[in-house]
Amino acid sequence: MSPANLRRWSWIHKWSSLVCTAFMLLLCLTGLPLIYHEELAELTGAEVEAPVLPAALASHPPRADLDQVIAVGKARYPGKVMMFMSQEPEDPDMWFLTMGDHIDDPHFVSIGIDARTAKFVGEPPIEGGGVLQFLYHLHVDLFAGQWGKLFLGAMGLLLLVAIVSGVVLYAPFMRKLEFGTVRHGRTGRLKWLDLHNLLGIVTLVWALVVGATGVMNTLADVLLQVWQSTEVAAMVKSHAGLAPLDPKAPMASMEQSVANARAAEPGMQVAFIAFPGTGFASPHHYGVYMRGDRPLTARLVKPVLVDARTSQVADQRTLPWYLTVLLLSQPLHFGDYGGAALKLVWALLDVATIVVLGSGLYLWIRRGRSAQPKAAPLRAPAPARAGSAEGSR
Amino acid sequence: MSAGRKLWRMPIVLGAASAFGLAAGLLGDGVWDWIAAASLALPLAVAWRHVRKAA
Repeated sequence: MSPANLRRWSWIHKWSSLVCTAFMLLLCLTGLPLIYHEELAELTGAEVEAPVLPAALASHPPRADLDQVIAVGKARYPGKVMMFMSQEPEDPDMWFLTMGDHIDDPHFVSIGIDARTAKFVGEPPIEGGGVLQFLYHLHVDLFAGQWGKLFLGAMGLLLLVAIVSGVVLYAPFMRKLEFGTVRHGRTGRLKWLDLHNLLGIVTLVWALVVGATGVMNTLADVLLQVWQSTEVAAMVKSHAGLAPLDPKAPMASMEQSVANARAAEPGMQVAFIAFPGTGFASPHHYGVYMRGDRPLTARLVKPVLVDARTSQVADQRTLPWYLTVLLLSQPLHFGDYGGAALKLVWALLDVATIVVLGSGLYLWIRRGRSAQPKAAPLRAPAPARAGSAEGSR
Repeated sequence: MSAGRKLWRMPIVLGAASAFGLAAGLLGDGVWDWIAAASLALPLAVAWRHVRKAA
């Protein structure tokens, strides 16, 4: 690499890292407990679970009528409207209703209802409640809503630039060294430079994927708006003259709507249902999202639009590529798709990334100090370069 | 072996193991989850060995 190129890439690596490092440290530190949010919620009693049925019922568990499930939620919150209802794949005995004061109320409530008996079970705290909720907001939007999300997305893009420029710089640094060399100089700087390079290069692919999927997740609302204004708008052309459905008005039977959606996608189960007016539905339709039973098809839900006036299936489409990418970005960012072992590796990789970030910051703070006269024939402004000079003495 | 191959051999092997692990967990369940975790842990294990050796 020519000296001019080396300087250029060093500059890119230095500034892309410096701008995002503080935020990335925050994201790594808050992300660590969030990997275990389910376990922590369970520990603090925040998890809402279906009760054990009496023996007589347990052998042939009943299935509650969906309109009755919704009615229980509405009886609890007469002033609120239905936004979503969903079911976890591992817990088909529960329905979780999301209700708000209006159709995109950010201060929604979640209501757990027994899917067999339509009895109220409990209200799980939003985003885990308490400390978990605090960490969640620090991680997702810095308590600044959509703009906070997009800001963190921009910081994530800088992280990707820092990773790529770091890989470019790996070659000139390691050309004369065996892979994994950790040297001990007179100062700690040489050791930390080698650790930075070693941990940076081994976590490369994971960090790129978690960084890129994190950026993708910050764009969720934007992508849903794109989908609304293109495909959903085309799907509801036949309703052009109609006023949007009033979320408080009575709508077509959910039991019938889901039965029709199931008939349209045989063999698939309901993952969640979006009510008219939400980002996942149209102003006139329920968005019924069906999942398959294979690991991948369980993630890639298929939307069935059901007319919320007539219960008739209006349209079935596969999701556009950008929403497919968004759906796959969630597990690939959270690390929650491979059981306890994967979570543990996720946590360790997160810790390794903290070391990469911290050592990078340390190398910048201690920049220049290693540039002793005998070791630095090529003085360069970037921290990386000073280390390079020491490394090749 | 050329200098470039020597330089990039290990990073490419570990990067491929990571990518395989990330995908394996998504495409399969059961034993695949363990294979996913093991492939993703491989880069950390290799790094750990080098750090221990240097200490």
